[in-house]
Amino acid sequence: MNNIQSLQYFLPELLITITALFVIVFDLISQKKSNHLLVSVALFCVAWLLYQLPSNGGEIFNGMLINDKFSFYFKWIIFISTGSVILVSKYSNELDKEYKAEFDALILFVLLGMFLMTNSIDLLMIYLSIELVSIPSYVLAGMLKNDKKSNEASLKYVIFGSFASGLMLFGLSWLYGISGSTNIYEIYKTIQIIDNPYMIYMSLMLILIGFGYKISMAPLHYWTPDVYEGSPTIVTAFFSAAPKAAGFAILIRTFFILFTSTNSLTIDALPLEGIDWFLIVAVLSAATMTIGNLLALKQDNVKRMLAYSTISHVGFMLMAFSTASIDAIVGITFYLTLYMFMNLSAFFMVIHVENNFKVKEVNQWGGIGYKTPVLAAFMVLSLVSLAGLPPTSGFVGKVYLFRTLFATEKFYWLGIVGILNSVISLYYYFKIVKSMYFDESIIEEEENKPMMLYFFILIFSAQNIIFYFYWQPLYNYITKLFS
Amino acid sequence: MENTIFMQNSILSLLIFLPVLGAILMLPASKYLKIPNIVKYIALFTTGIQLLLSAWLYINFDPTLSIMESPFTVQVNWIKHFNIEYFVGVDGLSIPMVLLTALLSFICILASWNIDKKPLGYFSLFLLLDAGMMGVFLSLDFFLFYIFWEVMLLPMYFLIGIWGGPQRHYAAIKFFLYTLFGSLFMLLAMIGLWYFTAPFNNNEGTFNLIKLIQLSPMIDSQLWGFDIQWLLWIALFIGFAIKVPVFPFHTWLPLAHVEAPTAISVILAGVLLKMGTYGLLRISYPLLPGEVVAFSYTLAILGVINILWGAMCAIAQIDLKKMVAYSSVSHMGYVLLGMSAVVSPSLAGAEAGLNGAVMQMFNHGTITAMLFLLVGVLYDQAHHRWIVYPDNYKDQELAGKLAFGGIATQMPVFSAFVALAFFAGLGLPALSGFISEALCFIGGFSAFRLVTAIGTLGILLGAVYLLRAYQRVFLGPLNKSYDKLIDINSRELATVVPIAFLVLLFGVFPKPLVDMVSSSISSLVSIIQGAM
Repeated sequence: MNNIQSLQYFLPELLITITALFVIVFDLISQKKSNHLLVSVALFCVAWLLYQLPSNGGEIFNGMLINDKFSFYFKWIIFISTGSVILVSKYSNELDKEYKAEFDALILFVLLGMFLMTNSIDLLMIYLSIELVSIPSYVLAGMLKNDKKSNEASLKYVIFGSFASGLMLFGLSWLYGISGSTNIYEIYKTIQIIDNPYMIYMSLMLILIGFGYKISMAPLHYWTPDVYEGSPTIVTAFFSAAPKAAGFAILIRTFFILFTSTNSLTIDALPLEGIDWFLIVAVLSAATMTIGNLLALKQDNVKRMLAYSTISHVGFMLMAFSTASIDAIVGITFYLTLYMFMNLSAFFMVIHVENNFKVKEVNQWGGIGYKTPVLAAFMVLSLVSLAGLPPTSGFVGKVYLFRTLFATEKFYWLGIVGILNSVISLYYYFKIVKSMYFDESIIEEEENKPMMLYFFILIFSAQNIIFYFYWQPLYNYITKLFS
Repeated sequence: MENTIFMQNSILSLLIFLPVLGAILMLPASKYLKIPNIVKYIALFTTGIQLLLSAWLYINFDPTLSIMESPFTVQVNWIKHFNIEYFVGVDGLSIPMVLLTALLSFICILASWNIDKKPLGYFSLFLLLDAGMMGVFLSLDFFLFYIFWEVMLLPMYFLIGIWGGPQRHYAAIKFFLYTLFGSLFMLLAMIGLWYFTAPFNNNEGTFNLIKLIQLSPMIDSQLWGFDIQWLLWIALFIGFAIKVPVFPFHTWLPLAHVEAPTAISVILAGVLLKMGTYGLLRISYPLLPGEVVAFSYTLAILGVINILWGAMCAIAQIDLKKMVAYSSVSHMGYVLLGMSAVVSPSLAGAEAGLNGAVMQMFNHGTITAMLFLLVGVLYDQAHHRWIVYPDNYKDQELAGKLAFGGIATQMPVFSAFVALAFFAGLGLPALSGFISEALCFIGGFSAFRLVTAIGTLGILLGAVYLLRAYQRVFLGPLNKSYDKLIDINSRELATVVPIAFLVLLFGVFPKPLVDMVSSSISSLVSIIQGAM
């Protein structure tokens, strides 16, 4: 489809771009300095355009992007989590109101990049969309100009990110060198008949490094805790949800189309002949969840602890990914949806507590369970869900991840690693619960309750119960994406 | 007539969800109704109705019907995609446990009447716990069973962690982690059963425990050089053994029991421990009979280790509550020994063993509940439970000395009840513990002579710790610092008397209990003997 025709499938992205640019201009000319209404209206329009978007576009922009149900679904969950972050950011006391417009513009650019990540099928677009997410992210991490930790976070993120994307670019160039094309469907035609698997192995590993950095897979997770701790909490909340989903979307699409024998997202995959990357992913998944969990045990800073817990959740999703079955990608998509919202709810609670009580350490959370009983109860729900226990949707999601191992009869040992990790994770999640309910309160401040923050914590937490009792419609919907 | 049918269809769901309703009602009631203690009355009312419902269930229960024939069974699709059903039913294995749960919940609400710290939280969590326990005993779908099993953990964690003793935080998380560790292995086994039995059921996996009885013995593949059935058995056993608790997984128990408030200790010892053995009988035994046969000797040995280890630890305790806690470890050993007797060459021996095990589950539930309640009564007044002051006691003059003494002269009625409970605990004839323990030993002896003979030492050791403690605390000259103690009051009597009545009743007239369980037991025995 040529460029002009393609535009009709690109309206949400266009509107995001226009809004982001307009926000900056508006900030320069306006005296009131409040663009909250503008951004809210724009987000609403983006939602409407997304809703109108036909999900059967096929390849657009001359084969640069693909518009299918898979990208459509991922765009929705990315949009909801990013939108909630933007709406909540108004109530974050950490951000300097002076730079609110820059914050909004940057996050909108990241949103654009993530949308592109979900539907890139060209090596160039893959690289560009990842960079479009990364570069504004570096700035977002350093949003607090006068905070040393925030500066450190930004710098670490830049160095790590450039290194990883450099390696990925090298891997992509190998693929181009082998096949002479940048479209992944074209490349697939060449590499399936090539008789030297080591070249493909090489580029596969390098690309995995690039994607693995984005989703903070071990051993590329080192940036995560520092960046998460140093960034403003609202940015941390954002980093831990939407970019992970986008990272998984691009990982699933690229690996399923390029490096399996099926060249499709709709059937169970086998590895490309001679290239058993499933085992590599399985080992990395075990390492990711174990490292994430073990290091989380020792943390006292709530944000840092949740950062490590994000790593371990990525490990769980990679566990399913290592089986490369259709059940696995359905399970990952399902789990990602639930995970994003329970995680955001937990992070919003952290923001609420930081705003009101100025505490950062777990043991300072004492007595919060009685200070804000409703929010604390929902926080417990989110933490239980993160730990994957009934009666929460996190449990259901985890069952789907574990079942892929049985369904494909692969990597049973990984199941046992996963089980042990679940037990470990419970311990640190419940350090927060223990603090909230069992410890004496040292807090005297009165809390104020912004409605928007309340609303999102409640909604994102309530899904833990709703999708626990009745998850079938959601699961069926996701299953249909891949048929 | 229509009323009866409606009642039959809904009674099991009512039993499970009535407490949830009560817990939800509490929130607005405590806020808008300005009646003192309204929360406690709601909890008492809810558990009271639950007790009446379970009594109705007992009266209308026909032990000769199997689960599928029983009018109470409810089977509804829940999640079609996974074949998960809302499938609840009652048979001879579960009905004693249902009665026990309903009775102890009601009594525990009474026993918690003097809880003044955050009563709303305490009683609503307690009712959620109650719902979880009922759910475990009534579920016949593995997924549903697992959910109720895990749902209990959270209220329990808070109940120990907020209302417990000095080391409550550590006890709460230790209990939680231990149980979770076991139950996650159970989760793996559950998903495994679904997948490995699917080929024998038109590629449709199921969690239905009744269907799985036929399907699961057909699994014959191997993994890592082990039979898959064997691995499933081990995974399930770890899950259940931690709950029982089987040596060496028992270390969470004394801590949790001692730190928990009285009523919660009663629930822990009276109901939660039974879930381990109930799970083995409900799931592991019928589903994997071949492995039961192979494992039974180990199970008997573990049972005897439990009996002796628990008893010897109990002898060493100088804290009354800790002693009772360890006696639970010992008494659950009898259950395991009775269960292992299912492979006995004589059918009568096998049935005696299993009957004994199920009866011991019920009887230990009542006896240990009574022990914990009585210890709680003493603790409420004396504010400590030392039999002998420890060597590092804060008041060095008292260290190593007897803490109580001669309480019987000060609190005669109370001491009489303690005597009854202690004698029931050591298995005195004419009290309920005797019959079930004897049956366990009869069964055990018909299958494993030597092991059982060693196990009988447990009775002797039981007499040692119980009688010695009784003598040190209640007999002898009155310790002058306790001449202000008041005898057991009417509320406390109301908690103890019904249990004491049951202990005496089933001691001289065990027929109702035997009638309830025996026909389910014979079908279970025939499943396992068929695999030998």
